[in-house]
Amino acid sequence: MKDDILLQLNNISVVYADVIQILKGVSLAIRKKQIVSLLGSNGAGKTTTLRAVSGLLKPENGKVTEGTIEYEGRPIQNAAPETITRLGIIQVLEGRPPFEHLTVEENLRVGTAARGTRSYKEDLDLVYHYFPRLLERRKALAGYCSGGELQMIAIGRALMARPKLLLLDEPSLGLAPLLVKEIFQIVKRINEEQGTTIILVEQNANMALQIAHYGYVMENGKIVMEGEASDLRENPDVKEFYLGIAASGALKTYKDVKAYKRRKRWL
Amino acid sequence: MRKLRFRPCGNFKEYYEQELTIFETDFGRMWMWIGLFLLLFVVPFVGSPYTLYVLNNIAIAAIAAIGLNILIGYTGQISLGHGAFFGVGAYSAAILATKAGFPFWLSVILAGAVTAIVGMIFGIPSLRLKHLYLTIATLAGQFIIEYVLVHWESLTGGAEGIILPEPTIFGLNVSADRAFSWVVFFSFAVMCWMAVNLARSRYGRAFVAIRDNDRAAEGMGIPLFRYKLLSFGISSFYAGFAGGLWAYYTVSITPEPFTLFLSIEYIAMIIIGGLGSISGSVFGAVFIIMLNEILSQATQYIMNLGAFAGIALTVAPLREFVFGLAIVLFLIFEPRGLAEVWRIIRSSFRLWPFAY
Amino acid sequence: MEFFAQLFINGLSIGFLYALSALGFVMIFKSSSVLNFAHGELLALGAFFFLILSVWAKLPIVLCFLVTLVGCFALGFIIERLFLRPLIGEALIEVIMLTVGLSAMFKGLMLLIFGGNLHNYPDFLPEALSIQWGAISVPSVYVSSFIIGLIFLGVFGFFFKYSSHGIYMRSVADHQPAALSLGVNVRRVFALSWAIAAVVCAMSGIVLGIINGINVHQLSTMGLKVFPVVILGGLDSIGGAILGGIIIGLLENFTGGYISTSLREVVPYIVLVLILLVKPYGLFGSEEIERV
Ligand SMILES: Nc1ncnc2c1ncn2[C@@H]1O[C@H](COP(=O)(O)OP(=O)(O)OP(=O)(O)O)[C@@H](O)[C@H]1O
Ligand SMILES: [Mg+2]
Repeated sequence: MKDDILLQLNNISVVYADVIQILKGVSLAIRKKQIVSLLGSNGAGKTTTLRAVSGLLKPENGKVTEGTIEYEGRPIQNAAPETITRLGIIQVLEGRPPFEHLTVEENLRVGTAARGTRSYKEDLDLVYHYFPRLLERRKALAGYCSGGELQMIAIGRALMARPKLLLLDEPSLGLAPLLVKEIFQIVKRINEEQGTTIILVEQNANMALQIAHYGYVMENGKIVMEGEASDLRENPDVKEFYLGIAASGALKTYKDVKAYKRRKRWL
Repeated sequence: MRKLRFRPCGNFKEYYEQELTIFETDFGRMWMWIGLFLLLFVVPFVGSPYTLYVLNNIAIAAIAAIGLNILIGYTGQISLGHGAFFGVGAYSAAILATKAGFPFWLSVILAGAVTAIVGMIFGIPSLRLKHLYLTIATLAGQFIIEYVLVHWESLTGGAEGIILPEPTIFGLNVSADRAFSWVVFFSFAVMCWMAVNLARSRYGRAFVAIRDNDRAAEGMGIPLFRYKLLSFGISSFYAGFAGGLWAYYTVSITPEPFTLFLSIEYIAMIIIGGLGSISGSVFGAVFIIMLNEILSQATQYIMNLGAFAGIALTVAPLREFVFGLAIVLFLIFEPRGLAEVWRIIRSSFRLWPFAY
Repeated sequence: MEFFAQLFINGLSIGFLYALSALGFVMIFKSSSVLNFAHGELLALGAFFFLILSVWAKLPIVLCFLVTLVGCFALGFIIERLFLRPLIGEALIEVIMLTVGLSAMFKGLMLLIFGGNLHNYPDFLPEALSIQWGAISVPSVYVSSFIIGLIFLGVFGFFFKYSSHGIYMRSVADHQPAALSLGVNVRRVFALSWAIAAVVCAMSGIVLGIINGINVHQLSTMGLKVFPVVILGGLDSIGGAILGGIIIGLLENFTGGYISTSLREVVPYIVLVLILLVKPYGLFGSEEIERV
């Protein structure tokens, strides 16, 4: 059971600029070859959690002050991003910033930076296999690509690094529902076919829980709930607060009070 | 009588006004009065002419350095033209005194004003943009001003320069080292006082806000362009005022000293002294002027030894190297400069023997 | 007419050298937003490196070139390592003032070692390179500066377009956090940009030295002209830097030829102020440079 775990966060605290504490004791365990989704409202600290794993806290002037992050049994908290990416952990940034003055293919080639080998032809073929759209646009400047294409570039770039653990931060942000569906299917295929472990941060809880195996819910820098994705989908609290499905029933006023209390307990 | 305030052990400030006071303790205030007394009534009498000469140069340099510190240390805009603006002040004073026959005090103050205007002319195109365009514009200003000083011969006398009349105040001739030192020390005290008060005013806080985060400052309703221009104007005023004093002190001025290297010398002063600190500017001026003197004495000494007769050792490159090195070392190892070193020394004395 | 043509050719060649050295400047600016005020000293360091090898050590010229290139590459690396790296993450104005300090330091050091007078390289350029068109003659220095410039532009164009390291460098210039997230070693990119800058500066420094002789003051003043050049071209555009260099070179030579020799030295700065007034992003700079 223990060697099944790829990444483990033990009770970590994260502080920005030495004073702003954002994470207050977060623990996660990510199993190999699973998709784990991390849900939570805006500002809950999801992106911060990913940054803590990928080492990108440092350029943001943040730090893991307590707790440990173990990847394949090795502690990696506060290591430099260069070190962490070389271990096979790649974060796909929120907002999918492109290298605007580089072509699509050059954007993808930047992804080879994290590994020693410089041959990239096979990896390009793999990326184009998952995202045929990028093949058509390979000579175009990324600055002129649409949001959907940019998301494909962002995930494609990360795939070029042959990651073992992929951290996806809100891939559905601002995309049309059909495209979201397509991208989620591809994420699922990557997980199944390449055996890549994926942490999926999402606002779109419904979609995320459909492809994920396991899920965590964050509020205010703490994990407030966790469970198998299928269980979470059925959980009345998750249903109400994240899936937007109110439990049908009478006694509206009483239920409101109860919901308020439940909500309050989380915060 | 209210109780004397001594330094508390810890931070016991309860009101914002307490943060704003210049002297936290009555000791500090007392030291200031003692210092001022020494400077105005003791030093001019006991100092030898050479000491007074060095002190005068220090005080003049300190005024200019305070100006530069307001711009760089407080507002976060780098100027590479401070040396040229110092020159503009010197020439304005000289021209006003010789061509218009203005009295000493008026031409020095007007020299400051003229320099402020010239400075703002170079500031206007660059201050609308980010990315340190001001630095580049002031570099251009440095070269253009140098060119004008040499080539506008009808006004500046070209390479010959201008000879100034002897400064008089209320009919008294103050051209001697001793008499002039009163003028310089008094001006220095007034300019320091103005700068210290500026720093804790609305304007000073706006400057710091711009330095720390210009976007946020703008969001809080600080009109960036106007404030940056103001800061640049004040900084140039200080440079011009100091330049005016210096022109009277040296009597004969030529375009030669006002090069890019003089600008770098001022930058060295405020970095070594401490960015964003008025006392730091003074420390820096002391350090650099003393170093200057020591270096020229040392080279002279070595030249006179005879052993190095074959080598024409000149002080200029040595100064350039040493100042450059000092800038680099301070930025890497003690970016807050001598002012910080002084603070550490003082507090370790105060806390001795319990160093916490 | 011949006079005009001669000035034109001189201006073009000098401009080409400005452009070449500006590439180094733009590279540092693009990758780390640092304005390098020690640019002129990098020119001079390269020129003196070559002087030591060719005049003092009397090595064969080709070897001199190669050793200078390698040496300056290493020198750039070392400068970044020793001086710039400790300040990564500090406020930008401190880093920029550091380059001001470096410039004074290197200039003083070179003056102490080599003195302030003019040095000369041995004559090594083959006469066959010079071109004669009727009354217009193009000396071999200018022809060779053109050739060297083209070779360098070709090599660097290739490097940035196709090599992995070139692409990584461009990615850092474009979006540093994203480059970090993909494991690009940003610090190595900074060091590399200083190393390459030192190399292109050395090249321009040597050719300028062949044309005018080698003098510390002159080369460091030449180096500061990179500011008019890049402001004209738009600070972050490599193509703009090349065109800016040529325009400034031409402008200087025409001013020197037709108006006055003393004005020649300041005319780039007058243009700089005018450009800041009317077209602050330069001719080709990206407008992303924020207005405040
Ligand atoms: N670099 C930083 N410095 C200081 N505070 C930060 C920094 N980055 C994020 N924060 C703060 O940390 C909190 C959590 O941010 P985080 O980006 O982790 O939230 P999130 O869960 O990803 O939210 P969203 O769904 O909106 O992306 C926010 O309150 C934010 O203001
Ligand atoms: Mg987020």
